[in-house]
Amino acid sequence: MIYFDNSATTKPNNEVLNTFIKVNEEFYANPASIHEAGMDANTLLDRARNQVAQLFNTEEKCVIFTAGGTESNNFAIFGVSKANTHKGKHIITTEIEHASILEAVKSLEKEGFEVDYLRVDQSGVISLDELKAKIRKDTVLVSIMHVNNEIGAIQPIEEAAQIIHENSRAIFHVDAVQSFGKLPIRFNGEKGPDLITVSGHKIHALKGSGVIAFRQKMNIIPFILGGGQEFGLRSGTVAVPQAVAFAKAARIAIENLDSNQSKYKKWHQDLIKFLSGFDDNIHILSTESGAGHILSFSVKDLKGEVLINALQERGIIVSTSSACSSKQKKTSHVVSALNIDPKFKNGVIRLSFGAFNTNKEIEKFKEEFTIVMQELKGVNQL
Amino acid sequence: MIWKEVLIRYGELSTKGRNKTEFIHRLRDNIRNTFKEISPLKIHTERDRMHIQIDNNEQMEVLMDKLPKVFGIQSFSPVAVCDKTMDAMKSLALEIMDDFREKEITFKVEVRRSDKTFPFETHEIQREIGGAVLSHFQNLSVQVKKPDVELRIEVRNDAIYMMAQIIKGAGGMPVGSNGKSLLMLSGGIDSPVAGYMMMKRGVRLEAIHFFSPPYTSQNSLQKVKVLANELSKFGYKIRLHVIPFTDIQVLIKDRVPENTIMTTTRRMMMKIADKVREEIGALGIVTGESLGQVASQTLESLTAINDVTSTPVLRPLIGYDKLEIINIAEEIGTYETSIEPYEDCCTIFTPANPKTKPKVDKIKHYESFTDFDELIEKAVRNRELYIFPMMKPKEDKFEGLL
Repeated sequence: MIYFDNSATTKPNNEVLNTFIKVNEEFYANPASIHEAGMDANTLLDRARNQVAQLFNTEEKCVIFTAGGTESNNFAIFGVSKANTHKGKHIITTEIEHASILEAVKSLEKEGFEVDYLRVDQSGVISLDELKAKIRKDTVLVSIMHVNNEIGAIQPIEEAAQIIHENSRAIFHVDAVQSFGKLPIRFNGEKGPDLITVSGHKIHALKGSGVIAFRQKMNIIPFILGGGQEFGLRSGTVAVPQAVAFAKAARIAIENLDSNQSKYKKWHQDLIKFLSGFDDNIHILSTESGAGHILSFSVKDLKGEVLINALQERGIIVSTSSACSSKQKKTSHVVSALNIDPKFKNGVIRLSFGAFNTNKEIEKFKEEFTIVMQELKGVNQL
Repeated sequence: MIWKEVLIRYGELSTKGRNKTEFIHRLRDNIRNTFKEISPLKIHTERDRMHIQIDNNEQMEVLMDKLPKVFGIQSFSPVAVCDKTMDAMKSLALEIMDDFREKEITFKVEVRRSDKTFPFETHEIQREIGGAVLSHFQNLSVQVKKPDVELRIEVRNDAIYMMAQIIKGAGGMPVGSNGKSLLMLSGGIDSPVAGYMMMKRGVRLEAIHFFSPPYTSQNSLQKVKVLANELSKFGYKIRLHVIPFTDIQVLIKDRVPENTIMTTTRRMMMKIADKVREEIGALGIVTGESLGQVASQTLESLTAINDVTSTPVLRPLIGYDKLEIINIAEEIGTYETSIEPYEDCCTIFTPANPKTKPKVDKIKHYESFTDFDELIEKAVRNRELYIFPMMKPKEDKFEGLL
């Protein structure tokens, strides 16, 4: 099986799995317990936290282990907004965010918050001028995803950070679920984000693990209440094996960032060239300036589902633009935002690469895709 | 690398008369001891300063990292060398002054010309070097009376020596220059700070800890070991004596009225500490007591506890507020360890209302019905000994997991 659905989830790295098993076998005690086994689990948790903090360029007390990207995003949206109502109730985000951001801000809208959604251009990128125009005195939170999960568009995080910090007191949250380990993203004073979301299962760690990290101590109102774990910000017995596995996967991801990035970039360019060979039968939504590991395109007048099935029969796993929303019938909000020709709206599929993909698999895809196109559309590559 | 040596200026000991040589040698030995990992160090001592020769980058890094912790040093400076030509001097001066590129500051060039045959006169060197620096750095200006930075140039026989940065040292006196004392180390916030302050005054420490398993856990002992290890980083190795204290504590609880348990416990600790002190040849006992902080630290309590010995009991924190003590603990890096929440032997069996004004006579009377001496002898005999800094780091049981 050739697995090109790494933006939906990844296969856990073997080393990471071994860590997970070993920690479950040997350090399973509750890290809050005062006996020696608990102490050991806690020391190990501290070490994991320290490792993650260093990767993000922040302090240990600014790293909270969560159950994944959705929880981290919810944590940021609700936690920051509700803690800062004395400053204002205005939030800015983009129209192409992940549902865990959009649904969260929608729920805040019902509670009296005002939300502005930044629009994107054809390549899926926001306008910094629009951001600047929308920022107000009472803006308390700006949340922008780094890399879009459906088409791979990269947002100008550094420039946005400067605009936000120069023009407001707003907190800047970046959903880096699709970018961590693929593009550099870390805290960098006023030139970077204030909060970052990362999900474990997107970086070859385990499902049910994630991190919300912040640049410095800040006012946050937690929404999971209980025993006061994670500095009181995220109650519930900490899943030490998940946290340690996350820390290891994150380290490996950062260590291999450069080599993976250039690999993905190469495949990305290669496939864009290949797909362009089908002329106006194919519309490529991703652009050369987008992230290398995500490639979205659409075949004219063909449902995405049909393509997926055809490729699957040939041992290649791809997905419609987003796994989370792929079971819904309607066109995804990201694709709608791009404003593309209706003929291409229903056929969007996404290839997303991971650390375990190889050159050979890319070649194999090209072969099989050519056959599929001939069968389904009767067209050959030029 | 341009750095050739580190120049060390002595602290208070510059003013001491007769014992000066001994102090200087003590400081030199402490430095050798602290920097074992980069030994052998070539150290040259003079009346007012000391030179440590630098042979590689690693030595320089370790020195810069740890020298600020060594007591007896007022300040130190990295020193660079170059050939005895004007061009070499200019380029070295620019390299050194590059450290100050960030801020608006004033400077002057100071020349010491010990090699009288050097072809350039002092004022010529000042003018040439000062000019070169001024034209290269826009943020610098000359100020002769009270400059922020002095660029010191020494023309010696073998080469030109140059320095600008002056880094503050820890002050105080070299550890060991003021004798040895026994520190009562509980694991709380105060006692490590008390130990630190005595070390700063040149006192060499050994430490004593009272261990009462199972009422206190291995964790609490581990914490004390970590603290002893932290203290040992200030220039001298520390021996930790761990006293098995359970039997005595249980006996005290059985034999004296509840509200005097605390006072008697302290008195027994003091007796044991005094015996250990005598054995190791220490002169005083150091405690972290601060007046009025808890029931055992009222003047009446201190009197009753002190009654068991005529040895000087040094209480460097006696006049300090808790917050002041916490500040120092944070500064010296013991606070985080101290606040780990384990029972120590002082908190078990503590009555709800201990006497804050115990009377020595009454306490003595209550104690007179029991023979504690035998157990005390036994505890002293059976004590365990640990030496810090820990020689080899503990095996990492989490290896490979992260």
